[in-house]
Amino acid sequence: MKFLSARRRNPIVAVILLIAALGAVGITFSAVSNIQPAQAALGTQTQVEEGKKLYLEGCSSCHGLDAQGSMNGPTLIGVGAAAVHFQVATGRMPLAAPGAQAVAKDPIYNEEQVAAMSAYIAALAPGPAIPTAEDLDYSGADVAEGGVLFRINCAQCHQAAGQGGALTAGKYAPNLMESTPQEIYEAMVSGPQSMPVFANETLPIAEKQAITSYIMALQEAPNPGGLSLGRLGPVTEGLFMWVVVFAAFIAAAVWIGIKAR
Amino acid sequence: MSTTADHPVEKIGEASAQYVDERLGSNKFLGRNLGKVFPDHWSFMLGEIALYSFIIVLLTGTFLTFFYNPSMVEVIYNGSYVPLKGVQMSEAYASSLNISFEVRGGLLIRQMHHWSALIFVAAMAVHMFRVFFTGAFRKPREFNWLVGVGLTALALGAGFTGYSLPDDLLSGTGLQIIRGILQSIPLVGTWAAFLVFGGEFPGTDIIPRLYAAHILLIPGILLALISVHLMMVWTQKHTQFPGPGRTNDNVVGYPLLPVYMAKAGGFFFIVFGIIALIGGLVTVNPIWIFGPYTPDQVSAGTQPDWYIGWLDGALRLMPNWENVIAGFTISWNVLIPSVIIPGILFTGLALYPFLEAWASGDKREHNLLERPRNAPVRTGIGVAAIVFYGILWIGGGNDVIATTFNLSFNALSWTLRITLIIGPPIAFLITKRICLGLQRKDREKLLHGYESGRVLRLPHGEFIEVHQPLNYKELAVISAKEDLAVLPAPEKTDADGVRNPTYRVDQLRHKLSSWFLRDNITRPTDAEIEAGQAHASHTAALEAPLNEYELQDEDPVGHGGVLHHPGMPMTNQEQIDQRQ
Repeated sequence: MKFLSARRRNPIVAVILLIAALGAVGITFSAVSNIQPAQAALGTQTQVEEGKKLYLEGCSSCHGLDAQGSMNGPTLIGVGAAAVHFQVATGRMPLAAPGAQAVAKDPIYNEEQVAAMSAYIAALAPGPAIPTAEDLDYSGADVAEGGVLFRINCAQCHQAAGQGGALTAGKYAPNLMESTPQEIYEAMVSGPQSMPVFANETLPIAEKQAITSYIMALQEAPNPGGLSLGRLGPVTEGLFMWVVVFAAFIAAAVWIGIKAR
Repeated sequence: MSTTADHPVEKIGEASAQYVDERLGSNKFLGRNLGKVFPDHWSFMLGEIALYSFIIVLLTGTFLTFFYNPSMVEVIYNGSYVPLKGVQMSEAYASSLNISFEVRGGLLIRQMHHWSALIFVAAMAVHMFRVFFTGAFRKPREFNWLVGVGLTALALGAGFTGYSLPDDLLSGTGLQIIRGILQSIPLVGTWAAFLVFGGEFPGTDIIPRLYAAHILLIPGILLALISVHLMMVWTQKHTQFPGPGRTNDNVVGYPLLPVYMAKAGGFFFIVFGIIALIGGLVTVNPIWIFGPYTPDQVSAGTQPDWYIGWLDGALRLMPNWENVIAGFTISWNVLIPSVIIPGILFTGLALYPFLEAWASGDKREHNLLERPRNAPVRTGIGVAAIVFYGILWIGGGNDVIATTFNLSFNALSWTLRITLIIGPPIAFLITKRICLGLQRKDREKLLHGYESGRVLRLPHGEFIEVHQPLNYKELAVISAKEDLAVLPAPEKTDADGVRNPTYRVDQLRHKLSSWFLRDNITRPTDAEIEAGQAHASHTAALEAPLNEYELQDEDPVGHGGVLHHPGMPMTNQEQIDQRQ
């Protein structure tokens, strides 16, 4: 122990101790924290490089050369692969034009390119990962429970039938009738546009699956009452009543009136 | 009643009429009333649509009461609609779901009930427009107008109580708003809300209470008032549009039996048929999608049915104003749009016939309808009110409109706020001007006939348009216009210098009457009309230039530049005289 006690006042010891302590905390943290699954989905090195190339071409003018963000776009450090996949695969990014919010359109990049860009952004910092097939499997979920969760968490913006709704100043919650389970899941974990993040701590994966199963049930549900009128409620019902039904009554009244002459 | 009936059917008819008459003495009554004459116009059937849809509402509603359970006891749903299986809900909602999915024909009847309720209110509104714009509410029919306003208010009540009964997420949100409206009433609001809901919202009392109102109280009063409404029409006789042979003292039309029996009966089945058709083919109020009501949930795009939409719109467009006065919060943001505005609108509606009669000094009886153009201020007020209502109505769907047309919700709301203030006066002015223009056109037609569209070139090169006399129908319609003089301005003091005690009121009346009447285009006198029509009926326009053509050599001025004055065919001699 002479060796140690002789050198314990050496200036370099403080540095070594600091590094050791930081390392220990870091290793413990990464062992305990549940960011672990996010890193599991990290892509290969080639994907990351390919993604970086695509990023620099298509995204960096707004999000910055190092994804640090700029006046025109937020930082992408830590948004995770799920956010990238959601925004790019639904065509929301790259933005066609600045506006109240990104509009879904035909995607510009193919699946491979999207995966590469997701891998690049995920490699910058940990964040919500692209869901696995297991995460997305809602076959065992309870539709009715999903309905309750949907009405509590989603309906106030996306409308009870998932038809979407208005938010402030031109923003809106989009219609969910074309959404895939993956998009729904990614939107919940990444919180795109005005949407809050429903992380797995607040809304466990099982509940996400239940919500997905309810949205899928809404998408597939027949309309037992006949023509659905967009499932928008009294506005379209009133419009239909006045424009179609009442017009028919007036036409009938005029017809009967004319016959009398 | 002993006529000779040859045909076996007539014999049976006579025998049965005799049988009933000997017991009820009904022949005299029926004989007098079955031949009652009603005037004919398609717009007189708008009220019938309301009546027939009300009958359908009653019939379908009775069916629904067999299966509906107005209870707020919480149950676990175990019916056939899978996306709600195992969900906790009120018995009211569960039984509404059962009507939709379990009861045979239940969904059809429920949808027919809802559609016909929407149509009922719509038909009342359109019927009211017809009565308003044609001046049918004028003396002696003011009371019937009041009954009609009462019916409209009750119909809104009937509709809203019904909308709330399924206890789904949509209707529960509506009830929450009703509670907010009650609470906004100064001083008593909180207690009023507790009284109506039997405690805290939503409590367990409100659905049974609404049910009692919806199936017993409101339809009972509606039925009574509809009877009064129709009896008044019966005894006062229906108004008629001006036309040949129609005067203020007669009714020209067809007898009840058989013509109107057939027409009205047929129309009932048309209305019933269309409602059954859309009840079967078009979804209304898909309660299973909205889910059960719980106060912690709300859906985007929540609206009331169309007839409450204008109140919801008022609430949405109102700026967020609130004051605390002596410890009491006055919520202007709720009070103005949902209590004060409808209060003003319904009071104005009820009082309008009396206000107009007072302001115009018109005490005459009116059994002939007035064409909307002949009362430009009334028509203007009506259109302005419809525009005001319409803007509020659009406001009630502002979120759906914003998402559907990719508009900014905020920009839309501001546009509607501004339009709400400036739209009605602009609508008033435009309508009034259109009416006056039409009046001028009518006067023109009376004095010079109508423009036939036949343009003639005369031998000397002049082009004229031939005017033709009106046909007897149009002449009768247009010349039925009645002019009313503006009330004279009152004197401040009489000849002896005594102060006029009612000066201020009289002055106000004079001003109102002047506003109402002064811009009207005076109807030509009967003699002028006759002369004008006779003039147009001769080929005067043709004869005169021919005449002039013969005199051409004596004409020092020439005729090259002689113009035909539209509507005033002068003889060419007159034109020449004028030039010299």
